[in-house]
Amino acid sequence: MTIKICDTIFEPFTEIQIHQNKLTLQGKFGATSIFIGTMRDFNDGNDVQAMTLEHYEGMTQKQLAKIITAAKQQWQILDCLIVHRVGEILPNEPIVLVAVWSAHRGEAFDACRYLMEELKANAPFWKLEQLASNEKRWVKGKN
Amino acid sequence: MTITLRYFASLRETLGHSIKKMEIFEPQTVLSLWKLANPTIPLPENTLTAVNMDYVPLTHAIKDGDEIAFFPPVTGG
Repeated sequence: MTIKICDTIFEPFTEIQIHQNKLTLQGKFGATSIFIGTMRDFNDGNDVQAMTLEHYEGMTQKQLAKIITAAKQQWQILDCLIVHRVGEILPNEPIVLVAVWSAHRGEAFDACRYLMEELKANAPFWKLEQLASNEKRWVKGKN
Repeated sequence: MTITLRYFASLRETLGHSIKKMEIFEPQTVLSLWKLANPTIPLPENTLTAVNMDYVPLTHAIKDGDEIAFFPPVTGG
């Protein structure tokens, strides 16, 4: 189970390939489910030219580890990888990667969805958008 | 006892600082600590609170050495 916080651009398919090559589970997993979140160039009716992702170093890793532990209690996950970007980010760059390896597709689909939803609800990240007008705006979270 | 306050995102901008060390001499909860540290600023609605990087309610009692964080709803992913 791996959690990575990146302050520079990452390539999600390369991350998945590198992680999978390291797994000592060859022949054991029959399903890999992947979610990739990518930055849009629009939000809430405005053009967005850039974004800054702030996070709470330490708490982010702690909360993601708790989410993974909770997922492992619900599904038979063989391994998972979470990568999240922080810092300055541009449209079309990946923001988040969640990948889950399991024996069967049901666990992989369900655990990947769960990890992503829990990350969005609990991991302490905040997005500051820079609009095309150069105005800066914090993305409003749901609470 | 000595505690550390942390503020993030829009709340950090509103307060103008991200971290503050405080000496406190009376038992405090997370909410009473906010009032002590920011007497003129009401705690914004929907603020999330954590102690030592775990989410806690506003009624959580503070202990010596705790790191108490206040931040707006999260928007990762």
